[in-house]
Amino acid sequence: MTAWTLLIIAALTVTGFFIGRARAQGLRNAGAARLHSLPTYHGLLMASMGFAAACVTTLAVAYVAGPDSMIMPAAAALLGTSAIAASHPLITREFRARNCFEYFVMLVLIACSGVAILTTIGIVFSVLFETLAFFREVSVIEFLFGTHWAPTSTPASFGFIPLLAGTLLITLIAILVAGPLGLLSAIYMAEYSSRSLRGVLKPVLEILAGVPTVVLGFFAALTVAPLIRNSGEAFGLAVASESALAAGLVMGMMIVPLISSLADDIINAVPQSLRDGSYAMGATKSETIKRVVLPAALPGIVSAFMLAISRAIGETMIVVMAAGLAANLSFNPLKAVTTITVQIATLLVGDQEFDSAKTLSAFALGFVLFCFTLVLNFVALRIVQRYREQYD
Amino acid sequence: MDASPQRPVATTSPRILAARETKIVASDVNVYYGDKHAIKHLSIDIPDRAVSAFIGPSGCGKSTFLRSINRMNDTIDGCRVTGEILVDGKNIYDRDLDVVQLRARVGMVFQKPNPFPKSIFENVAYGPRIHGIAKSKTDLEEIVVNSLKKASLFEEVKDRLAHPGTGLSGGQQQRLCIARAIAVNPEIILMDEPCSALDPIASARIEELIDEIRQNYCIIIVTHSMQQAARVSQLTAFFHLGDLVEFGDTDDMFTTPKDKRTQDYITGRFG
Amino acid sequence: MIDKFQKGDPARLAKRYSSERRFQAYGAAALAISVLFLAYLIIDIGIKAWPSFFEHRVVLQFNLDPGKIDFTNVQKGDFTGLIKDSLRALFPTVTDRADKKNLTALLSVGAADDLRDQIVANPSSIGTTVNAGALLSDDADLYFKEGFSSTIKTAGKTNLQLAQTGEEYLFSGDTSQLAVGQIVRTNGGALRITSLEAGIAKAEALMVPENLNSLIPGSWDLLSLSETEAERSIDDRSTVWLEALRDKGLIEKHFAWRFFTAGDSREPELAGLRGAITGSLLTLIMTLSLSVPLGIAAAVYLEEFAPKNRWTEVIEVNINNLAAVPSIIFGLLGLAVFLNFFGLPRSAPLVGGLVLALLVLPTIIIASRAALNAVPPSIKEAALGVGASHQQAVFHHVLPLAVPGILTGTILGVARALGETAPLLMIGMVAFIVDVPKGFTEAATVLPVQIYLWSDLPEVAFQSRTAAAIIVLLVILFCLNAVAIYLRKRFERRW
Repeated sequence: MTAWTLLIIAALTVTGFFIGRARAQGLRNAGAARLHSLPTYHGLLMASMGFAAACVTTLAVAYVAGPDSMIMPAAAALLGTSAIAASHPLITREFRARNCFEYFVMLVLIACSGVAILTTIGIVFSVLFETLAFFREVSVIEFLFGTHWAPTSTPASFGFIPLLAGTLLITLIAILVAGPLGLLSAIYMAEYSSRSLRGVLKPVLEILAGVPTVVLGFFAALTVAPLIRNSGEAFGLAVASESALAAGLVMGMMIVPLISSLADDIINAVPQSLRDGSYAMGATKSETIKRVVLPAALPGIVSAFMLAISRAIGETMIVVMAAGLAANLSFNPLKAVTTITVQIATLLVGDQEFDSAKTLSAFALGFVLFCFTLVLNFVALRIVQRYREQYD
Repeated sequence: MDASPQRPVATTSPRILAARETKIVASDVNVYYGDKHAIKHLSIDIPDRAVSAFIGPSGCGKSTFLRSINRMNDTIDGCRVTGEILVDGKNIYDRDLDVVQLRARVGMVFQKPNPFPKSIFENVAYGPRIHGIAKSKTDLEEIVVNSLKKASLFEEVKDRLAHPGTGLSGGQQQRLCIARAIAVNPEIILMDEPCSALDPIASARIEELIDEIRQNYCIIIVTHSMQQAARVSQLTAFFHLGDLVEFGDTDDMFTTPKDKRTQDYITGRFG
Repeated sequence: MIDKFQKGDPARLAKRYSSERRFQAYGAAALAISVLFLAYLIIDIGIKAWPSFFEHRVVLQFNLDPGKIDFTNVQKGDFTGLIKDSLRALFPTVTDRADKKNLTALLSVGAADDLRDQIVANPSSIGTTVNAGALLSDDADLYFKEGFSSTIKTAGKTNLQLAQTGEEYLFSGDTSQLAVGQIVRTNGGALRITSLEAGIAKAEALMVPENLNSLIPGSWDLLSLSETEAERSIDDRSTVWLEALRDKGLIEKHFAWRFFTAGDSREPELAGLRGAITGSLLTLIMTLSLSVPLGIAAAVYLEEFAPKNRWTEVIEVNINNLAAVPSIIFGLLGLAVFLNFFGLPRSAPLVGGLVLALLVLPTIIIASRAALNAVPPSIKEAALGVGASHQQAVFHHVLPLAVPGILTGTILGVARALGETAPLLMIGMVAFIVDVPKGFTEAATVLPVQIYLWSDLPEVAFQSRTAAAIIVLLVILFCLNAVAIYLRKRFERRW
């Protein structure tokens, strides 16, 4: 039925266009006076009337009678045709078809830009409802301050602290790797490298940024983790096969391009006149960078780090493949820890019953994750905006 | 082009030059931006303890030449300088010359005030710190205060040395930049249209300041305003399309220019 | 004169310069680490992936006797039996039931289907005897691949006498070349040394020799396997069989087209990417057809028409934030809204496409806005000046000039959608699906999810398949990025 309905809507739109244009052209041929709008606009307007009427009808019928109902194509055809018929006598010499059509287009554009808002609202509500349902079964206190996470055992316990600790541990490792590497890379590219070298290095970092996380996860699990375990054994250290260190290192490398490209933009936004001022005092390049450029770029760099942290907290595939499932409350990077995203992914993969606390807990974790990253992103973007305004 | 014969120095044995030591001797200087020949076979002698003004229409190369005196052109991609510029007899384009030390001796003030986004104190202390001039904290404070005093800014900012330098007015910012340059104790101060971003009152303060400090430095000022050149400088050089057309005592230049182009420019035929 | 240029302490100056060099070296090192990491990643995965692009087949002789198999109903024919018989015919001495089973286990379960397809394609071969390659199982296949087998073959250089006592064989003479665990191949059989004492080597038969003739240099050779039998997926007996097949020249190496034309499978040697690639394609079509029109419309409105007020500011902040929301959250949205609220089918490209469309929408909007912003206002003003309406000016003049930039942003968005895994896990695209999906509402999986699924499987051969799937994904992504870079260079305009 859906296919039929789509076909009918398309047909109505096309015929609407030709009917409208033909009538306007007839008017133009008949009289000497000029039309207000081109015949094409009369056609477009009529087409949009038919289209809009048919679409609204379809959605309404689909909501009331279900998408498989026979009424859907019939009703769409009927109302679409009547919309076209009703607007037919509107076409006169003075009729401002272009203005009306442009009004219609504007409504469509506004609606499209509203989709982003709808997405956010959708995210908030979809996560919030299930989270509230979860907290009817498990107390907020137990969730936020409990130190034991075992959603599948009986009795299940939902203490969120081990997950938070694991997430923070891996994020910390990632930032310790990505922060210096990304920042130094950005400084080198912005201040030292020649134009041609920069032309090579930038695409390389873009390629690194474009490597899918599932690929990095595979690399972390199959290459980096054994490497760390073997070298750990060489030093007599017991390293878990799914150590936080392996996941954190690879995640750090994933974030390097993010930090370097953000920092590169920010360093380039520092006005050349400040550098000139410093060089003219007899400062060397590194003194200028360390004492003038970086302090001037500090807010932007802070926000780049915040965005990087938010990215690390929300990253899923690397930790799903390379970090463990066991919720150990440990800050030892050589041990296996689990993260918020790992738990969401494992709890929701496969069939789930929607009323169990186990499934709902994934949404509660999602809610926490969303809040964390939202705050980080919001503050970071604000800082960047302020910073840009300062030098514009 | 480099092979063409060296032109005679365009000075006309100015009185002022005769009375003072020569600080800068430039001979057959060419500056290229990529393919563009911005300065053509320029030779000039600039005296110490006086203000020399560079004037000329836009794009005549006066700023370019100024920036080659402390090698700020090094920071521009594709810029090339030939010939020699001697400061106290030493060619600053020699391979063994240390740019960092050159710039510590040749200070610069830019067209747009460019204080660092730090406190007023830190702005002035920046140079002494990186060059290790101050022996102690009190030493540093003394240098900062003296520099601010020399730049006649101290009275206005003495209560807010810890405030950001970017919070000052345009004229104050420019004087801060001058104080910053003075703090390193340079011998030459280059000023690239220092008043073009300022209002007339602030400009007048800067001009006064230049007049006060000229006894101790070799000052070169690039300016668009002939009145300013006439007010602050003892010598004036007129640039046109990359050529140094005329260089002489400011008084002579504005009353009896020797070259037709100088005359046209001064009387406002072009510019 | 030079002294005058010495300002301050020369030692201090030297320190400043060495600090300068150090700092620059740090920067170069940081970049080098990133570049090396990327190179290591690609080379490591490339090396792992390489074997998967090839497969090994054993050439067998088939008597396509219409009396044995009903060729009128090919689908029902017992080709498995036919293939097993052909292989056993090569090893007449293998009579033990378990051994026979192990022998035929060297062949892939897909070999019968290959033979059937070949006969269907070439019906004239019925009634004749044909030679055809039969696909080996994953373990047997790996045995012939570089780096997966450690068998060393050495020619026999000494004279040995062979004797048999019951089940046991005895080597005497110059046994200096022999060691426990090695396999002596001679007289059409293979004997594994079990003990070596006082110049007498005891051995058991892996393949019964045809006679007990004495061994002279050149008439025997030695297989030594470095790992113990338990560590290998191919036991000693199978090794002997495979080596015998290789010595007969029956092992053929082919490019594994199957990897691109087959759907998923539990057998590594049969598993292919066609299902996943089709799934990715369907999902991407869905994503693009939604996100591109929506994204461009939103960008045009926000950049060209939107009044600067609180509402548009909210939209802007919202879009910027949405671009940084973790992708797994979009999976939760898809699960709660599209699956549970709207009741759309699980695992379908339709839902995957919807979720990914919302995921890349902010990226496309931001890129399109930047492209629109780069068009100088003078062009719009010129159009307005000749009496065009605001919309006409935008749609006739500004938008066409912004198309290359929008396209670049869109391609980068597509590349992101193509590599995205986490949100698709939430909406059930992780199922094991053998069939190639034919529509938007059928169960499907996509390339990155296929990678995730395979990476979890225990078979060694799947590790290589996973790496090969990654290479395919990376090649597609590199091509997309190259197109984007080309577009950016080609249409880059300075106003």
